[in-house]
Amino acid sequence: MDHQKGRGRFIFLCLFPAVLLFFIFMIIPTFDVFRMSLFKWGGYSNTQTFVGLQNFEKLMSDGKFWHSMQNTILLIVVVTIVTFSLSLLFAGILSREKIRGQNFFRIVFYIPNILSVVVIAAIFSAIYDAKHGLLNSLVGQEIYWLGSKDLVIWALIIAMVWQAIGYYMVMYMASMASIPESIYESANLEGAGRVRQFFQITIPLIWTNIRTTLTFFIISTINLSFLFVKAMTNGNPNGASHVFLSYMYEQAYTNSSYGYGMAIGVIVFLFSFALSGIVNAVTKREPLEF
Amino acid sequence: MMEKKKRKGFSGETLYKIFIYVVLAALALSILVPVAWVFMASVKQNSEFYGDPWSLPLGVHLQNFADAWGEARMGDYMLNSVIVTALGLALLLVVALPAAYVLSRFKFKTRKFFNVCFMGGLFINVNYIVVPIFLMFVNGDRFLTQTVGSGFFVNNLFMVALVYASTALPFTIYLLSGYFSTLPVAYEEAAYVDGASYFRTMTRIIMPMAKPSIITVILFNFLSFWNEYIISMTLLTDPGSKTLPVGLMNLMKSQNAAAQYGQMYAGLVLVMLPTLILYICVQKKLTQGMTLGGLKG
Repeated sequence: MDHQKGRGRFIFLCLFPAVLLFFIFMIIPTFDVFRMSLFKWGGYSNTQTFVGLQNFEKLMSDGKFWHSMQNTILLIVVVTIVTFSLSLLFAGILSREKIRGQNFFRIVFYIPNILSVVVIAAIFSAIYDAKHGLLNSLVGQEIYWLGSKDLVIWALIIAMVWQAIGYYMVMYMASMASIPESIYESANLEGAGRVRQFFQITIPLIWTNIRTTLTFFIISTINLSFLFVKAMTNGNPNGASHVFLSYMYEQAYTNSSYGYGMAIGVIVFLFSFALSGIVNAVTKREPLEF
Repeated sequence: MMEKKKRKGFSGETLYKIFIYVVLAALALSILVPVAWVFMASVKQNSEFYGDPWSLPLGVHLQNFADAWGEARMGDYMLNSVIVTALGLALLLVVALPAAYVLSRFKFKTRKFFNVCFMGGLFINVNYIVVPIFLMFVNGDRFLTQTVGSGFFVNNLFMVALVYASTALPFTIYLLSGYFSTLPVAYEEAAYVDGASYFRTMTRIIMPMAKPSIITVILFNFLSFWNEYIISMTLLTDPGSKTLPVGLMNLMKSQNAAAQYGQMYAGLVLVMLPTLILYICVQKKLTQGMTLGGLKG
């Protein structure tokens, strides 16, 4: 065909800009993260010295790094468990029960997801404010939610769960909608109650979707915790609320040790991949058909 | 437990219903009350913030908005945000649409390779690579200042839009390809028979059909570009070139020092109002589109 000749050119022209931008702004920087982690580099000064794995060795004995790792793991575990159970529960209620204002609830629950994390941080700062905060005026005490190194991480957890419930709920609702009604009807005939139906029909049948979201939970908690910490506490009080990526960012910018920061980035990268892999392997089941 | 209630009959069932409504209402209130409170706080006078936070505003103090808009430069930041978001979306569509089209509907040798590349890109989060991108720009500027005399990359709204568009490519191409591949080939064949060129077929036949998924792409990326602040905070350091969320962060910090509460909450309303309005208009599309394959983070 005459089309044949222009075909190759057309494909090239369509693909080239995307590949170019992808290469410059995603592939090169990603390689840079790994490359820079092997250098001692002050950034603005152009002196880069190759130090091999020295950055990683330093990392192993950096108490602040381990603390940020502890915080991150705590966040991943608690935020995932709480958000997962609540969003699954609400999705189950909203898709199985006949409820007035079902649409209203779905719309409202999703609102936090469309707000900027900065907006959420500002809202929760107003809630947690020690002197004029909404929470303390209900509690009747002057508690420094964001100022105490023991409470701050829980304050972050609440904000993150608040933000995420609606998102996962909508996702579970979508896959619950594809379960045929007939299965529930026959379960009803056999006398299986709501709770039993939920655990023995709904959950097994959306298991593939649940597995995918578990990977999302890990990746997005690592990323979102950075956004929340950066906007809400900036690592304060005294570094107590740092998570993986906020500590990386601080090392790279405030401390201007780019190489060291990137070594943290590499570890986080590997950590999130390994954890996702483990979760994926552990949750593997034979997919149920319906 | 609930099974037992059910067997008891009507009263257990009612109790269960009440319980459900209480739980649902509790979550709804926990979302609506703080958001409504911000709107209320945005029209309060500064002195009102020292009393009971639950008290209603004494009057509608719109001066807060004027202050936020002018004094705190939120007006300028709003304009910057509009520019970056619009430019980012335009760049993204111009680049991603043809690429997704070719990758989903043409067979060629390197197709699989590129598909795998872009899929892999889904796992690269901007938070990891923002530092190298920043350094790349700083180095580029240093080179330019030495040769041409002025920098270009840092503090440039266009470059931020370009970074937004580039980092949104994997997800956008993934979403669009999924839709394109469901369209029947007959459309293109007919167009070719009529003598239409590849380009014409793409822009006149396929793009109009892909409208629903293009709208989904625009919605999602609008929200993520408008709300983004890590990239813009890093790449736009000049006070005049900040975007709204970064401006809001500055207001939050200075608020603690200068106690300009009203101004800050007015700024907060300015940031979230556009997304809230958009959401109310298109909420159905958004929650439906999300299930096409949502990866957030």
